[in-house]
Amino acid sequence: MSDVGWISPILTAARPHAVAALLRNFRDLDLAEEVFQEACLRALKTWPRNGPPRDAAAWLIMVGRNVAIDTVRRRSRLQLLPPEELISDLTDTEAAVADRIDEADYRDDILRLLFICCHPELPATQQIALALRIVSGLSVPQIARGFLVSEAAMEQRITRAKSRIATANVPFEAPGAAERFERIAAVAAMIYLVFNEGYTTSVAEHGARAALCEEAIRLSRLLLRLFPTEPEIMGLAALLMLQHARAGARFDSQGGVVLLEDQDRTLWDRRLIAEGLALIDKAVRHGRPGPYQVQAAIAALHARASRAEDTDWSEIDLLYGTLERMQPSPIVSLNHAIAVAKVRGAGDALAMIEPLAGKLGGYFYFHGARGAFLLQLGRTEEARAAFGRAIALANTAAEAAHIRGQLDRLARGAAL
Amino acid sequence: MQYAILCYHDEKVTSAWSKEHDDAVIAKLGVVREKLARQGKLGAVARLLPTTAATTLRKDREPPLVIDGPFAETKEQLLGFYIVDCAGLDEVIGIAKELGEVNPGGAYEIRPVATFDPGKVAS
Repeated sequence: MSDVGWISPILTAARPHAVAALLRNFRDLDLAEEVFQEACLRALKTWPRNGPPRDAAAWLIMVGRNVAIDTVRRRSRLQLLPPEELISDLTDTEAAVADRIDEADYRDDILRLLFICCHPELPATQQIALALRIVSGLSVPQIARGFLVSEAAMEQRITRAKSRIATANVPFEAPGAAERFERIAAVAAMIYLVFNEGYTTSVAEHGARAALCEEAIRLSRLLLRLFPTEPEIMGLAALLMLQHARAGARFDSQGGVVLLEDQDRTLWDRRLIAEGLALIDKAVRHGRPGPYQVQAAIAALHARASRAEDTDWSEIDLLYGTLERMQPSPIVSLNHAIAVAKVRGAGDALAMIEPLAGKLGGYFYFHGARGAFLLQLGRTEEARAAFGRAIALANTAAEAAHIRGQLDRLARGAAL
Repeated sequence: MQYAILCYHDEKVTSAWSKEHDDAVIAKLGVVREKLARQGKLGAVARLLPTTAATTLRKDREPPLVIDGPFAETKEQLLGFYIVDCAGLDEVIGIAKELGEVNPGGAYEIRPVATFDPGKVAS
């Protein structure tokens, strides 16, 4: 570890809290971020000498406030800067601030900061980029790598998102119960978007993007610490953990996609699975099911099966039925059909997805699944055609390669 | 004499560790653990999942109250423990220092063990 290596996790941990409080104070996102950066620089200078303060977030908020006041004063040229000692030596004041700000304030501050990133006028990609920049504090190059775009493009995306927010009406009053609930739901959806952005089907992209998945999990834990009794947040965190636990098994040594049922389950991350299972267990006790919990429960059934053939497909079938009622979508129905194929056979599954052709006709995965069902039913010609469509629609080389593998098997079978 | 070394740390900080940093800390702790094990001084060791996975049962009322989250909402949380067998406090403080050197931040609470049943649950 380098000399100041121990400081960086402390700054990262304190960031959401500190930036959120500074935002409430100054109601200016740019200023809040700028003075937080400055406070971090001062921390790097003074902490190695004096040791970390008792409450890092309070220290950073305090220094950030002083910096902001300086900045404003300097701009209005009214007064000279106070000496550095006054800003750096905060042992007494810091404790006082920590006592004054109570947990409930923190909670709504951080929720507001997260919620700002979910502004409905912002397209999803901008929401995610903004959250990673502002809340997580990832650098623009880091975020650009995650999104596989140039730094300049990402810089522009974030600047554009920020200026949209600056002109939007950010609500600063404490939210009522109903409003708070809406904000939590919006933030949960945004965290799920961050995760999906990182959950890619290509191994070449996997390394760079896995960081987004890990960040999403960290954000979900943050949200859960703020609202520890919300079963849907437990469900969200569990869902992300259970999915990400499989990351190490999703690609073979050639970079090909390994399907869930073919994965080497010893490569799954047992600790993430344990945490995910613990959370879904807790969530279910509340008796308030929701889409994240149901999806997490499905992921949990996969995680609990030590071999693919031990998977409880009938329970998964039931859960998908529940999910379809809660959150009807052709994609959910398609996934449901995969479970139906296992439980009731490919014929039922095929009948289920045929009506989806209109909505999912341009979707790679639809034709891949349809091809597989047709193949199981021995309708090889139709299967071949479906696989052909799938390849044409594949988004990545790995997706296409996977379907080509199916076609090769089909060709070998036909030759026999 | 057996002692429990209870590990407290700010969870927000430990969860901000990168996977590489986490792995590196665990590897360095592993070296210390191995040495203790060779000396026959190391008992049970546990690393606990984050407190977001915790549930608390308040049994000071009837019926007991089940609450999500850890028992104490403190800045530093109980994240794990070691059981060690030592001649006395000086030695266990030495061990805690060694562990702390490779895993700085937070605190170790050293508590003498009254009774210890290793149990029969497979690890």
